Amino acid sequence: MALIELKHVVGGYGGAPILNGVNMAIDKSDIGVIVGPNGAGKSTTLKAIFGLLKVTGGTIEFGGENVANSLPDKLVPKGLSFVPQEKNVFTSMSVEENLEMGAFTRADDFSDTMDWVYAMFPVLAEKRRQPAGELSGGQRQMVAMGRALMSKPSLLMLDEPSAGLSPRYVIEIFETIQRVNKEGVGILMVEQNARQALAFATKGFVLAGGQNRYTGTGAELIADPEVAKSFLGG
Amino acid sequence: MTEIIFFINQVVISGLVLGCIYALGAIGITLIFGILRFAHFAHSELMTGGAFIAFLLASAFAAWGIVTPIPTGFVVLPLAMVLAAILALGIDKGFYAPLRKRGARPVTLLIASIGVTLMIQGLIRLFFGAGSYSFFENEPKEIFRIDTSAIGSTRPLVITEPQVLMIVVTLVSVIALHFFLTRSRLGKAMRAMADNADLAQVSGINTALVVRVTWVIAGALACMAGTMLALDVTLKPDLAFNIILPIFAAAIVGGLGQAYGAIAGGLLIGFAETLAVFNWTMLFRPLNAILPDWLQLPAQLALVPTEYKLTVAFVILVVTLLVRPTGIFKGASS
Repeated sequence: MALIELKHVVGGYGGAPILNGVNMAIDKSDIGVIVGPNGAGKSTTLKAIFGLLKVTGGTIEFGGENVANSLPDKLVPKGLSFVPQEKNVFTSMSVEENLEMGAFTRADDFSDTMDWVYAMFPVLAEKRRQPAGELSGGQRQMVAMGRALMSKPSLLMLDEPSAGLSPRYVIEIFETIQRVNKEGVGILMVEQNARQALAFATKGFVLAGGQNRYTGTGAELIADPEVAKSFLGG
Repeated sequence: MTEIIFFINQVVISGLVLGCIYALGAIGITLIFGILRFAHFAHSELMTGGAFIAFLLASAFAAWGIVTPIPTGFVVLPLAMVLAAILALGIDKGFYAPLRKRGARPVTLLIASIGVTLMIQGLIRLFFGAGSYSFFENEPKEIFRIDTSAIGSTRPLVITEPQVLMIVVTLVSVIALHFFLTRSRLGKAMRAMADNADLAQVSGINTALVVRVTWVIAGALACMAGTMLALDVTLKPDLAFNIILPIFAAAIVGGLGQAYGAIAGGLLIGFAETLAVFNWTMLFRPLNAILPDWLQLPAQLALVPTEYKLTVAFVILVVTLLVRPTGIFKGASS
């Protein structure tokens, strides 16, 4: 059984639906990448899973139950984590406090997880006392990912993790995402750097008009001349 | 030396007491602004209401014949703070929460809070009349006169017992608040929500709980501030309504959403007000002996007359907004 399965999800912000039947299935071992043109409903899909907008049709099965329209404070303890695209760190709080906030829903001792996050991002360990707002864009992205990992999620969702980063950092973030995945965390992400992200995706979804247009492994989608022509810029 | 003691009595002690009251009120306003993003005008009524709760409790203590070593107002304060916190939660649940649920804009909530202000003030007048009350009808207000003749002053250092307790209690509360905000899980969650409410929600922070905790702290501190103000002067239905504007000024000057800013802003405005109305001739009078006749100090040498005390807060507010719009501690831009 898939870790998370979206079946014909319809939803939006109250007006006309933005998602018109999205289907998706991700396993623990998967890196799922959602690509597509602007306004296709890529970020909206992640937000719908995370209860940030109204799902009016279809089901979102996570851990064997329908979690459609559940709020984050219920979803995070179930093993779902989300890194928004913008404003994804608490700028006035220290790096360590940011990580602690990621573990807010945990009642147990989370120092192991914090060590694990610091091992993954050694630069954060150096800057643990510094306000997150003082860090560079790439380092902030690491804080944001670290925060999301503190709840020990089984599925990590990232909204355009490489947005606004220099090419060197884009590679670094993508490598980190693959490393997190190898440690047993399923990944579902939206990416603008489509070709680069699909290259390591085990599952790729091309969305357009709030619906799946193409689905396949990342390699298959890159190889598909139709996809390449319409969505990957030739 | 007499002049310096006079200065301490008139400025240092009064400024500190006023600053403490402003600071405690401004902390609540700044926390509510940080979490709920609206200017809670009715904070003055939480202060006055809290003071009346404390007054009722103190009267009950007196009626039961309970004699306390320190002013009864301080003995009943913890219980009054609990009741005021419940009142604050009730006000939020009854008036602001339904508006928030409907996605009301901050200005709507501001207007609603003005309505709550008038309502509570009306209720207080309905039950207590428009007159003033004293916490010290049944017990003496102890006044400490510290003899300073040893350092050559003919005037004693005067401080009342409530003033001493007030300064101590404020200090303890501020330190407790500091540890709450920097050490506890819930306190950090409060800062997180003030910093970025959307991300706090995404992190799984129980935002409804944070809102409740905010009201509890704001209500309790408002009660503390109101009671202490009533202990220092007298209790009347417009007790805190008269000082809500300088309290807002303190919160904005300190940086909205910044608890430490509110403390700094409160003390700054408290001291500025007392310094502005202080008659400087009283301090510099000895200079008359060495100054030539044509340069004698006038009898009155205050920056502003006492009745214009309130304007000081606004001058500071306007200057702050012009020079540093986010306040001393870089709060949310107002």
